Amino acid sequence: MEYLKKYPKLFQWLFLLIVFFALCFAIDVPETYKFIRGQAEFVKDPNQSVYFFLGKEVRYYAFDVFWRLPPLLGWLPIWINDSLFFLMNEWMPMEFWNEDTQEFKTRPLLLEISRNLTSFMTFLIELIREILLGGLETIVAFTSWDFIDAYPWLELPGLPWTIVAAGAALLSYKLSGKGLALFAGLTMIYISIFGQWKPSMQTLSFILVAAPLSFIFGLGLGIAAYKSKRVEKALYPILLVMQTMPQYAVLVPALVLFGVGDHAAVIITMVVAVPPMILLTILGLRAIPPEVIEAGRMSGCTNWQLMFKVLIPTARRDILIGVNQVIMVCFSMAVISAFIGAKGLGFNLLLALNQLNIGLALEAGLCISLIAILLDKMSLAWANKQTDYFGNLTFFQRNKNAIFFAASFVIGIILAYVGTFIFKGSFNYLFEIPHNKGISTADFWNKGVDWIFDTFFVYIKAFNTWLIQDVLQPMRALYLRMPAVATLVLAVGAGYLIGGVRSALVVAALTLFIALSPWWDRALVTLYMATFGVVISCLIGFTVGTLCFQNKKSAAFMLGVCDIFQTFPSFVYLIPVMMLFGITDTSVLIAVIVYATIPATRYTIEGLRSVPVGLHEAATMSGVNKFQRLTKIEFPLAFPHMMLGLNQTIVFALFMVIIGAFIGTEDLGQYILKALSDKNGAGIGLTLGICVAFIGLIFDNLIRTWVGKRKKHLGIA
Amino acid sequence: MSETVIKCESVYKIFGENAKKMLEESNGNVDAKTFQERGCIVGVNNASFEVAKGEMLVVMGLSGSGKSTLLRCISRLTDATGGKIFIEGQDLLELNNKELIELRRNKMGMVFQSFALLPHKTVVENIAFPLQIKGTNTEESISRAMEMVKLVGLDGRENYFPRELSGGQQQRVGIARSLAVEPDIWFLDEPFSALDPLIRKEMQDEFLRLQEKLQKTIMFITHDFDEALKLADRIAIMKDGIIEQLDTPANIVLNPATEYVRKFTEEVPREKVLIIEDVMDASSKDNLGDLKVSKDEIIENVAEKILTQEKLVGVVDLNNNIVGSIKPSKIIDTVFGGRKNGS
Repeated sequence: MEYLKKYPKLFQWLFLLIVFFALCFAIDVPETYKFIRGQAEFVKDPNQSVYFFLGKEVRYYAFDVFWRLPPLLGWLPIWINDSLFFLMNEWMPMEFWNEDTQEFKTRPLLLEISRNLTSFMTFLIELIREILLGGLETIVAFTSWDFIDAYPWLELPGLPWTIVAAGAALLSYKLSGKGLALFAGLTMIYISIFGQWKPSMQTLSFILVAAPLSFIFGLGLGIAAYKSKRVEKALYPILLVMQTMPQYAVLVPALVLFGVGDHAAVIITMVVAVPPMILLTILGLRAIPPEVIEAGRMSGCTNWQLMFKVLIPTARRDILIGVNQVIMVCFSMAVISAFIGAKGLGFNLLLALNQLNIGLALEAGLCISLIAILLDKMSLAWANKQTDYFGNLTFFQRNKNAIFFAASFVIGIILAYVGTFIFKGSFNYLFEIPHNKGISTADFWNKGVDWIFDTFFVYIKAFNTWLIQDVLQPMRALYLRMPAVATLVLAVGAGYLIGGVRSALVVAALTLFIALSPWWDRALVTLYMATFGVVISCLIGFTVGTLCFQNKKSAAFMLGVCDIFQTFPSFVYLIPVMMLFGITDTSVLIAVIVYATIPATRYTIEGLRSVPVGLHEAATMSGVNKFQRLTKIEFPLAFPHMMLGLNQTIVFALFMVIIGAFIGTEDLGQYILKALSDKNGAGIGLTLGICVAFIGLIFDNLIRTWVGKRKKHLGIA
Repeated sequence: MSETVIKCESVYKIFGENAKKMLEESNGNVDAKTFQERGCIVGVNNASFEVAKGEMLVVMGLSGSGKSTLLRCISRLTDATGGKIFIEGQDLLELNNKELIELRRNKMGMVFQSFALLPHKTVVENIAFPLQIKGTNTEESISRAMEMVKLVGLDGRENYFPRELSGGQQQRVGIARSLAVEPDIWFLDEPFSALDPLIRKEMQDEFLRLQEKLQKTIMFITHDFDEALKLADRIAIMKDGIIEQLDTPANIVLNPATEYVRKFTEEVPREKVLIIEDVMDASSKDNLGDLKVSKDEIIENVAEKILTQEKLVGVVDLNNNIVGSIKPSKIIDTVFGGRKNGS
């Protein structure tokens, strides 16, 4: 009884677990359940029940409601599909002038808008692409094919790679200094020599279109949300869902609305890249000291002047950090968009992975990683760069970077011209090294992979078999054995114990959505893979983080490593694991673990670092040893921040599990992948994405609520 | 006295959702406690006063006393919940946005505790900012700003960024910026509170020098009673949003209106605050000794001289007419006596 009074929470939790397990044992697996394991959504089956809702027919296997809830939301994907179809093809038909046929034509409004948007995007991408690589589409867009036939010299020539490399190095120098300039130059040379120039520039042109547009929209919406509480309230849930939504899932609706290709990818990239920009804009504007705003107003600023002359320049750093985020999201989308036909590095990577040509995939992956690091470092350097006074400098000093660029421009052209004489009859290596005509190390890597397989095959296979048979499958069976009602009770109970009625309601709503969707089983499989990854990631991350924290240098080094690894698009992680473990669940799980360990490690180090120096000194003066200091002072204080790390770890793990579907897992991601090639896939893809986002949000809500309370309790909020 | 520049008539500022309604119901009798129970916080409670042209009114109070809120009501950075505020006869609360901006651009300058400089602009650009906002062309605004740079003694640093300056220097920029448009009314919100004691003293002296030259109408906020005594023509002491006493420094020290005010005055070295006129006896002008002192002298400066006298010391005004006398023992009374019985 005394214990009960001393630790009331502990007993509440114990009680919750007892109820959960009691429910698990009380509710039997129904006979019919083995059918559903192989269920296919739209196949007619005599055993299926049918219900109608909003005129939509939904089929499902009838069940004991305690075991699995009926798919009452089964109509949602179908309804989304039909609505999209209706909007695109039937809604608001209007007369539009058709330039080609010179007559009016009736078309649905949304289709016309989508077409116009699409062609505008295509034009932008082509323009930048042709500046970098050359071509004639841009000229044609202003004139006609006949015109270009008459004046063939009008074709844009494209920039020699030397100029782009020099430009990148100079820009890096201006932003950061010699180190980054060197890195930029070497990266560009590597890309060029290894024959990845064309796809790299295609990817780059994609980013050059998507990032500025995302920036403008994000900044605009961020300002609107800062100005008006109502806008912020409306945006907030969308931002929340978009943060945990797998990027993969939004590709499917894009396919329906905008078709296949770069333009669709750019538009959908904006959808993904705008939310972080909005968040950071709001954050930056909120962080401005109120006195600066008052100073602006007392100077007699109008609202407009206040925003553009005082607020935005003052929030410059946060806004530029937003730009950094936008660029990184755009880059990672540029890779994933290969699934809906965006050209560039991602497309090559996808192709190589499909052919199981690990060597080629590795080369493309390395290119992607290098460019990702370069873009990240450059945009961060821009954010951290402070304005300098240059009025007292000479003309040359002020414009030296521009002058150097002009010089390298001329030199690059001369070199390219000279190149035409040197490389007669073959490719002009000083102008542009074509794809796959550079040096390739693919064979070397492929042989290496073969060697690894030949040599270690027995061990790898043994490990693989052991992991799958003795760990993963039992775990998976356990997860699937949970009756829906028991899971609901557990989730809602946890919500109530952590955050009271409010949290319980939020968690209940999110869980119910998933439980009522037709994919509860898949969600459980996703959850099991994510849990496995998260547990191992946290074990590794917390240990490594704690160890590295013992020494200032190793801590800084580890944070640097985390920074670099975090810039890689998640897709890249699949290459090395496929190399070693082939196409199995093990590969995905290892990729999940590697990817999710990053935030676990980072937050551990950051959390431990944030313990105030005064406390350290107080502890040292009380005569604690290192271990005591760690367990009695640092861990308790750093724990809330480490839990935020856990939150990130879960999101990262979910993302990776979903992408892992590409190499064949059985979870929600698999269905998203299927939806990509289904003509009715838009609704399914979107609903699946929301399901994944909700899994993330359930944990996000619980962890954040707990952390908030704990921080308040510790007085470090 | 000369014309009134700032005039407040029962100004209230109450934070909270139903503030306006509750204020109307209360009929001017605002009790902070009952308001707090209903979710409102009283910032300024029935403030009425006038500031004359060229006068420096120092508002003194501890943190949370509502002094900054009062200043922000008068600069209309927040809207007062009730009452009337007149700036040179214009009803401030009736101004529309455009008129308000016009007023701020031409009549008002404000200095902030945390300097509130724009991080992306140099010293001279910061100072020129209000001018450029107003629409003055670049050349003129920069040359005007350069004058200001010289005025606050920052020549040679005009192209530095705020991040490269010390706190004292940053506040000089803040002061220069607030003066750039040559405002008639100058608001200073704890301008020296964030500075080191030594720098603070230096800046106070500098500030007095400037005011001597410029003769602005000033509202100066501080939580430092000594600072208030040193600078003020008149001091308003605030507590819980209420102005406890508004008077000249000498009167506040000699006749504190409330217990709260008395606590502040206890530790004040009177000889540094009071002038001869405050303690002289105006009725007896006979039997004077040889020593004559001016009525505007601070006691501290003449105490030694007076204390060596045995006879009454004559007090004279600017034209050397005798206006009163002072006993040497009165000085001792003033310096040591007053504190114990708290008169």
